[in-house]
Amino acid sequence: MNESIIKTQNLTMGFDGVPILENISFSVEAGEIFIILGGSGCGKSTLLRHLIGLAEPISGEIFIDGLSLTDAGSAQRADILSNIGVAFQGGALFGSMTLLENVALPLEEFTSLPKKAIRLIAQAKLRLVGLGGYDEHLPSQLSGGQQKRAALARAMSMDPRILFLDEPSAGLDPITAAQLDDLIANLAKILGVTFVIVTHELASVFTLNGRVIMLDKNSKGIIAQGQPEELLKDRSNPMAWQFFNRSLKES
Amino acid sequence: MGYAKSKSGVSLAKMRISYDKDALRIVLRGRLDNYRAAPVWRKVLKLLAKRHTKPIHIDASGLEYADGSGVALLAYFKEYGQKNDLEVKIENLSQNISSLLDSYTENPPVEAVKQPESLNLIERIGQSSMALAGDAVEQIIFLGRLTLATAKTIFTPRRFRAGDFFRMCELTGANAIGIIALLGFLFGLIMAFSSAMPLRQFGVEVYVADLVAIALARVLGPFITAIIVAGRTGSAFAAELGTMKINNELDALKVMNLDPAVFLVLPRVAATLLMTPLLAIITNVAGLIGSGLVILSLGYSLVTYTSHVQNIISMTDISIGLFKALVFGATIGAVGCFRGMQTKSGAGGVGVATTRAVVTAIIMLVILEGIFSVMLHYLKI
Ligand SMILES: Nc1ncnc2c1ncn2[C@@H]1O[C@H](COP(=O)(O)OP(=O)(O)O)[C@@H](O)[C@H]1O
Ligand SMILES: [Mg+2]
Repeated sequence: MNESIIKTQNLTMGFDGVPILENISFSVEAGEIFIILGGSGCGKSTLLRHLIGLAEPISGEIFIDGLSLTDAGSAQRADILSNIGVAFQGGALFGSMTLLENVALPLEEFTSLPKKAIRLIAQAKLRLVGLGGYDEHLPSQLSGGQQKRAALARAMSMDPRILFLDEPSAGLDPITAAQLDDLIANLAKILGVTFVIVTHELASVFTLNGRVIMLDKNSKGIIAQGQPEELLKDRSNPMAWQFFNRSLKES
Repeated sequence: MGYAKSKSGVSLAKMRISYDKDALRIVLRGRLDNYRAAPVWRKVLKLLAKRHTKPIHIDASGLEYADGSGVALLAYFKEYGQKNDLEVKIENLSQNISSLLDSYTENPPVEAVKQPESLNLIERIGQSSMALAGDAVEQIIFLGRLTLATAKTIFTPRRFRAGDFFRMCELTGANAIGIIALLGFLFGLIMAFSSAMPLRQFGVEVYVADLVAIALARVLGPFITAIIVAGRTGSAFAAELGTMKINNELDALKVMNLDPAVFLVLPRVAATLLMTPLLAIITNVAGLIGSGLVILSLGYSLVTYTSHVQNIISMTDISIGLFKALVFGATIGAVGCFRGMQTKSGAGGVGVATTRAVVTAIIMLVILEGIFSVMLHYLKI
């Protein structure tokens, strides 16, 4: 019963047989904020794509809720997918649909809720991320930060138990980024769902204040892990230590 | 600042090499910057291309200044030493340059990311045949998915994206009427005119009507229409789906457990399948009007023209043409979506996908036309 909600075992991932990350093992406990940290190009998005079943690992296994994602049949896969929501790095909102339609889409496809109810639910989700009143906007009519919020709202539309967010605050100005990080930290408290968040920014790590694994491109693996305050003092990996301390001075 | 001084040519970069019995001695002097380091670099490259067994001692006391190219030169010496297990000593290096050099050597060159090796001719031929075979396999898989999606949708019609379908019909059909009518008209006109001239020598120019009518209905009408649909709509599908793929929208569908084949491909293929025959009718009618004008201008009456057309064309001819258009339409839609979903990331990705959509579609049209001709010949219809 006390099973981790996500568990990876010796996961090796890459493209065309060339590994980018090797032997990644970690587990995520239900209800926590789990942060995947690392410089750009180190494979954070790649890891995330594997965790949500969009790519097959070279070797190793992934368990979601104790079920293997790696060799799931289509029924088990559907079962797993129904428990997760994803906000992609670029938002990935459907450009031909309004925000409301974007958020309502999974509800329409997978539930038999009345249209009116779907509308209200979708509106509520948009309000939750601070986009009340933008129902009828198209994604192209929004700023980058707003698009990221909308993607978050869509990811939450089916009330998943795990939310995966790929760089939810990257590419935004510091003020908007901080607001978005605060929002996510707040949502985590309110919703009690498990968050898996990819980021490359130290400020986000401290705002979100979750358990961190830090990936590195050269060693193709996890170079440090723990709570942010612990990592601040942890000198066992010089690169991780330098990252935590140097960038802290700058910010 | 530094450049201004160096440009004026105050001090050149110089290197002197000498061999002792216990070391290879190098003396560096002057300013090693981007402007002056070139000759020194050339010498060094030549020097280190050989294998040395003696330690290398570099005297940098005369080195006034070094920028990126100068520091890289020193780092190159050091790495040479590490690689060949040779002692490389750099003496009397100024504090500035030394700390710059440290930052270079602190970050060792990362292991090169594996890149595909360049291939020789035979390997390249092999690779492109494999790619072609792989492409064929992918097409078959895609076709399988599409069939599955069609089956799924027939059993749960609620799943069909009707809104999308109508939008696509408008795009494919309604919006193309103008260009289709114009091209059909001009085509009929040109065909009639260019065949009327030779036929006139035999006094049988009135048979132009028969010629144009039968050619349009059975072959050219559907074919021209299909080529226009491939250029207008097939490419648009590829671009649209390609952009969606790059924006991760296809991934977003997949993690919602929505099948892109049902969600995106089916409404589009249904639209081209349905619209291409309708457009072919327009092409045919417009073409007949065009050729009619030529006949009238040659002094024949409208009744003569229409009776010729009516006599020569049967319902079978028209049905054959429309059936071809239907198959062409489905093919174009499917190819467009297929190429779109194959899009590779990067700025050029969507462009490549669009081009490939049109080229593949046209090749498929020609192949299909060939198959139809042979089949009709043997079926004698
Ligand atoms: N589709 C792909 N094909 C080949 N290599 C890829 C592909 N996508 C990403 N990569 C490579 O994988 C590495 C990690 O990419 P990614 O996971 O996007 O990094 P991050 O999200 O940490 O910035 C990069 O070096 C990139 O070059
Ligand atoms: Mg990324």
